[in-house]
Amino acid sequence: MSTTTTPSPGISREDLTRLGAHWGEPASLRSWFTTVDHKRIGRRYLVTAGFFFVLAGLSALVMRTQLARPEAGVVSPQQYNQLFTMHGTAMIFLFATPMLFGFGNFLVPLMIGSRDMAFPRLNAFGYWVFLFAGLFMWASLPFGAAPNNGWFAYAPLSSEAHNPGLHMDVYALGLLFLGISTTSASINFIVTALKLRAPGMSLNRVPLFVWAIVATAFMVIFALPALNLDNAMLFLDRRFGTHFFDPSAGGNVLLWQHLFWIFGHPDVYIIVMPALGIVSAVLPAFTRRGVVGYPLIVLSIVSISIISFGVWVHHMFATGLPQLSYSFFSAASTIITIPSGIQIFAWLATMALGRLVLRVPLLFVIGFIVTFVLGGFTGAMFALTAFDQQVTDSYFVVAHFHYVLIGGAVFPMLAGLYYWLPKISGRMYHERLGRWAFWLVFAGMHVTFFPMHLYGLFGMPRRVYTYRSEPGWDGWNLVSTAGSYLLAVGLLLVLVGVLHALLRGRPAPGDPWEGDSLEWATASPPEPYNFPVLPRVHSLHPAWDARTAESTTTGATADRILSAGRRTLVTSELDAHRERAVEMPESSVKPLLLAGALLVLFTSLLFAWYPVAAVAALIVAATIAVWLWPPRRPDEELGVVA
Amino acid sequence: MTDRGGVLAAATGAEALSTELPVGRSTGWWGMVMFVATEATLFACLLGSYFYLRFQYGPQWPPDGIEDPKLLKPLVMTAVLLPSSLPVVWAEHGIRRGQRWRLRAGLTATLLLGATFLTLQATEYAEKLKHFTMTTDVYGSLFYLITGFHGLHVLVGLTMIGWLLAASLRGGSFGAHRHDRVRNAAIYWHFVDLVWIAILFTIYLSPRL
Repeated sequence: MSTTTTPSPGISREDLTRLGAHWGEPASLRSWFTTVDHKRIGRRYLVTAGFFFVLAGLSALVMRTQLARPEAGVVSPQQYNQLFTMHGTAMIFLFATPMLFGFGNFLVPLMIGSRDMAFPRLNAFGYWVFLFAGLFMWASLPFGAAPNNGWFAYAPLSSEAHNPGLHMDVYALGLLFLGISTTSASINFIVTALKLRAPGMSLNRVPLFVWAIVATAFMVIFALPALNLDNAMLFLDRRFGTHFFDPSAGGNVLLWQHLFWIFGHPDVYIIVMPALGIVSAVLPAFTRRGVVGYPLIVLSIVSISIISFGVWVHHMFATGLPQLSYSFFSAASTIITIPSGIQIFAWLATMALGRLVLRVPLLFVIGFIVTFVLGGFTGAMFALTAFDQQVTDSYFVVAHFHYVLIGGAVFPMLAGLYYWLPKISGRMYHERLGRWAFWLVFAGMHVTFFPMHLYGLFGMPRRVYTYRSEPGWDGWNLVSTAGSYLLAVGLLLVLVGVLHALLRGRPAPGDPWEGDSLEWATASPPEPYNFPVLPRVHSLHPAWDARTAESTTTGATADRILSAGRRTLVTSELDAHRERAVEMPESSVKPLLLAGALLVLFTSLLFAWYPVAAVAALIVAATIAVWLWPPRRPDEELGVVA
Repeated sequence: MTDRGGVLAAATGAEALSTELPVGRSTGWWGMVMFVATEATLFACLLGSYFYLRFQYGPQWPPDGIEDPKLLKPLVMTAVLLPSSLPVVWAEHGIRRGQRWRLRAGLTATLLLGATFLTLQATEYAEKLKHFTMTTDVYGSLFYLITGFHGLHVLVGLTMIGWLLAASLRGGSFGAHRHDRVRNAAIYWHFVDLVWIAILFTIYLSPRL
């Protein structure tokens, strides 16, 4: 069913040559800096997010080493503060979301049968900003100036008076900088999914992964401004003497927490939702059937993304807010478990009704279900105010969110990595190596984090750099540390598996899994133009559907080949009726220049070089103005009368 | 489904000739609407923070030593800024019919009105800064952050309008078939206008309630 570059009945050799000429990029240094190809950018997101994952993971290993024995002296308290803050901040902001956006970048255009994202240059810009913002934040660690206030940076501990130095300025500016990338990528995903779907892919035929990415992008659009405002106020308070979080002049420290969690709770779903989308995308190939209850899963995705904005106070049950608000948010937090449960049962039903193909991606999906459900149980416990107040700020919380985030995000990512590696690289991975990696990661994860439930209940607070022997936490901490090394070995094996596939793997065919979505209906790795013939979609499982396959071979038409330029199709939002062919932008160095100017702007704000910052702001404005400057066209083409 | 065979037919058919005509909502329109949606959320968070801090503060608002904001100047500013959307609408309708002069005239009018608004805001700041600054207390912080942030948006909007005007004066930029950029900048300008109403109510009118 897969299409390769050899001429098929539907497309001539001349068309293929023309497509190659319009879309291809020379393998030069210049093209490395100027590319706008969503597949290259997607790969970069994956690699860069993986790099930040390694840095954040190494920070965690240092912390676990420090905590292996009571009263150890591996790191100082100040270093420990920076390590746990950078670990959390990087895992949430620099690893989880960008990694999933990397999958989205690579896959969304392929899954919807398009040749690129809606705004390819904005896409490139988003990547450069992500890279620079990540380096901006990590660069502070060797200087001992990294954020040190926990990843949620509560006021008043973040104020200049209580926390002098650059630490929290790096945090505030770094996240503001990164927010530009996340917002632009989200807008790009929404518009791509709305307008660039292949003809015939009406909303009821959109793959679940794309639904998940779009819902995530909408959450970002409406949640991220709260965090941005919070960080802007924090920076103003610290640097310019405003009083937003300063009670002595009428400010309020709880404002920080409200704004942070108005962003922060949707952010939990911003991380988990696309990962759940990966699960829905991986399952059909390994159960040999479509996911059970497609409409129910779509409804769950949409309702989770709405309800997630109404549960933020459950992060604040210990702050002394009115009881009535606790009851409301406790109820909302309980309700949100229903759509999450629907998805879990839909996957279980899919596995029960399907024929299981027990390969590495499916192992990670099963590992995900086990781990995520355990994290969900403890999550439902936190929705009860009385219980929450007992265990808040203890290791029980740490156990809970690592079960949710490693179970709910890392396991699906690894499933997706093994599943799509043949598509991304054109190489198959080594199955036995992958199985070893799975069992080590799975065992390491549970050995590390299950004991945290226990010593959390025994009273060990989170974020302490050491502890005394008397409370009896020693043994369990040692178990956790051993587990974390096991987990690290497992993840190292994942990396070895990827490198092995890239260097030694056998070539992958276009469709090694006989998958159901459109990315399997093209070559591995895909040509720069993705599809020689843009498909016409006839069902929810286009790659399993003979009529869709026919539309790219014997049924191919010139209006879906579009070889006369760098073109793709725009279709209507709901029904994906064909609207017109559009010319797509070519590679450009402006995205990199703009991101570079922003890096100068944020760096000079950090070091209080305000004149430099002003110049950088002008360069930013000028670059945007030049970027969008309309090309000169003759009046007849423009349609000008006077 | 339009089935036509051959590359030649594709190059000379209705497809090739109609590709430049706007059909349906463009990607640019959706992009700008989403951008405005996230910006509007930012303003909602700003104004929400204002009311949160105000009601947590106590009955006396603005705090002791700061008078209720005077209304005359903000109302004049409103009278300048709100109608500034009309010339943009008029200009956009003009360029859709290919009338370049209407685009130029409309954009110029908006540019003048917007610049007047910013000048008035500058004089208001000059007056207020004698009484309180953003470091005086939380009221000062909120006042200058919210109005300053809006002023920054007006400045960005004016830059867009000025940029459009420059491009349209050069010629060869916009016409009946090419006005995406005009419409996108117009959406942004209308947004900047509408947000001002919310700010007028929050900052200037609500302390008098």
